Amino acid sequence: MGKQSPGMKLLVLTGAVVGALLIGALLLLMAGANPLVAYKAMLLGPFSSRYGITETLVKTTPLILVALGIVIAFRSGTLNIGAEGQMMIGALAGSAFALAFPSLPGIILLPATLLVSFAAGALWGGIPGWLKAYLNVNEILSTIMLNAIAAQFVTYMLRGPLIDPKEVSYGTGFPQTAQIAKAAWLPRLLPRTRLHWGIILALVLAGLVYIFLWRTSLGYKMRTVGAQKEASRYGGVRVERMMVLAMLLSGGFAGLAGMVEVLGIHHRLMDGISGGYGFSGIVVALFGQLHPLGVIPAAILFGALMLGADMMQRAVSVPAAIVFTIQGLVVLFVVGSDIFIRRPGFAARIFKRFKTPPRPVPDEGGAQ
Amino acid sequence: MIHQLLSLSTIVGILATAVRLTTPFLLAALGEMFAQRSGIYNLGVEGVMMMGAFGGFWVALVTGSAWLGILAAMGIGALMGLLMAFISVTMQAEQGISGIGLYMFGWGLAGFLFRLTVGYITSIDGFKPIAIPLLSDIPVLGTVLFDHNWMVYFALLMVPITWVILFKTTWGLKVRAVGVTPEAADTLGVSVARVRYTCVIIGSVMAGLAGAFLTLGHTNMYADNITAGRGFIAVALVYFGRWNPWGILGGAFLFSFVDALQLWIQVLGLNIPYEFAVMTPYVLTILALALVAGRIWEPAALGRPFDREGG
Repeated sequence: MGKQSPGMKLLVLTGAVVGALLIGALLLLMAGANPLVAYKAMLLGPFSSRYGITETLVKTTPLILVALGIVIAFRSGTLNIGAEGQMMIGALAGSAFALAFPSLPGIILLPATLLVSFAAGALWGGIPGWLKAYLNVNEILSTIMLNAIAAQFVTYMLRGPLIDPKEVSYGTGFPQTAQIAKAAWLPRLLPRTRLHWGIILALVLAGLVYIFLWRTSLGYKMRTVGAQKEASRYGGVRVERMMVLAMLLSGGFAGLAGMVEVLGIHHRLMDGISGGYGFSGIVVALFGQLHPLGVIPAAILFGALMLGADMMQRAVSVPAAIVFTIQGLVVLFVVGSDIFIRRPGFAARIFKRFKTPPRPVPDEGGAQ
Repeated sequence: MIHQLLSLSTIVGILATAVRLTTPFLLAALGEMFAQRSGIYNLGVEGVMMMGAFGGFWVALVTGSAWLGILAAMGIGALMGLLMAFISVTMQAEQGISGIGLYMFGWGLAGFLFRLTVGYITSIDGFKPIAIPLLSDIPVLGTVLFDHNWMVYFALLMVPITWVILFKTTWGLKVRAVGVTPEAADTLGVSVARVRYTCVIIGSVMAGLAGAFLTLGHTNMYADNITAGRGFIAVALVYFGRWNPWGILGGAFLFSFVDALQLWIQVLGLNIPYEFAVMTPYVLTILALALVAGRIWEPAALGRPFDREGG
């Protein structure tokens, strides 16, 4: 992506996180919490116990899946901000399918449910992809709108057609579906933890996406569309098709992420299952340098940060919204400092400007 | 159920609500228009609006003065605009993503500060409607147009004002030039960076005002996600209105009409699931974008950072 050495990239990315955390420390001080205590809980908590490590990986799983989809879209020149909605629609369709066929054997039900969720997420991502490719509709705006539409639609389905019959008969009316048949659950990897097979699935898919994007001609075409749209058109690539395909895949991965959350952890669909992963996935994809394998360490880091933030909140009791705030800061710092990676001379240039007076406007002979 | 919607008092009510709800769309979209005309695409409007909504509310709650709340919202808008301008102009960042970062930052910070300072739903003394003498006595039209608080009139007045600034002043010409061919503007001695900073900050101040309208001129309280995507819709309205204040006015009214309609559907308890009512503005946004897209002109340098000293 950039011209700089990996060491420089790592330095800039580390700087971005440290910068965001420093501003976060100010917020913690405002909240009357000790930032040192808070950050100690946040940075050490996720790695200091069996619970911490497994829960980090539990959060890593959807982050990898969402970020893989975002990498495919971004690499193909489409900014997919709609993972949040695609997750919900994928989880909705998959859950409806699993609830409709509870008696199928697990060996069929589980993969079929995952496929349905992929297809539904792909559809929800394909709409903005098609709108961008053929009608030039800004995909950032359309995906954000589709997030809002998906949230409302899922709430409607959970309060109405798909509500757990028990919630109705008990009169509690909590908006969630009935429990999905045990045969479809993703098995736990370790007993007495929530860590499930989803993480293996996510890691395998990361490898497959890498092979797809860098070792197949289709993946190559998609990346050329992202890098040089018009040039690739001259090269005979069907640009519009590639854009739609990229968004189909991108949405599919998000849909899968939603269903993996349902089948691995909750075993039923409820509101808020996307849990901000749609936006965090963007941060992870950027942080992983838009590379399918770079996404893995980035997702572990952010999984740990999210869990650490939960632990920090409990340690010093600050409002939960601080997590979203710090993530926003990380995005701002990462994109804001990207120029140091893109342009090796930029830092020196700014530094020079502070030392010498501004360059006078060159006089090139006055008016012509 | 249709006859409930068609009674005169309901229609007047819907139209009056629609005119009032045009305000946040108009303020945010007219501001964003300046940013985009200068070539900067600020997607963080929603986050700035949330901060404006909270800042205005909190200052009004603490000081008892809604006017101080307005000042606070403008100040917060200016600061967030400065941040966005620094990242997108000076640091030449990818604007789509930095806007999303600004949105996450503002949205999260507003929620964080609300929990920290207030934490419960409470109402404040917002701005009262000012009935315009004589005009407000006109049947139907008077209620619809001339019985609102000052922010509504202010937002409507901003339409001709921003039009004059953009198309009839030297500065407006500079803004448009910077958004189309920054290289040429630079050659002629216009500071691209200064124009872009100014425009992004103006846009952000107006987004702060738009947010403050929601708490000080509409609901008189603060709640999580009070902006409900209006900031993003405002960005879409700039496209829909083709970077022109009059076009934006038309689009803003269309959207606020749908917004008002869905509110009244909920109020009247019509037999439509409320989720579908809430969905309508978002569906409309996508339809509107699809309708105008493809054959629109846009500022040629939109989203493209300008580096005076070259690569």
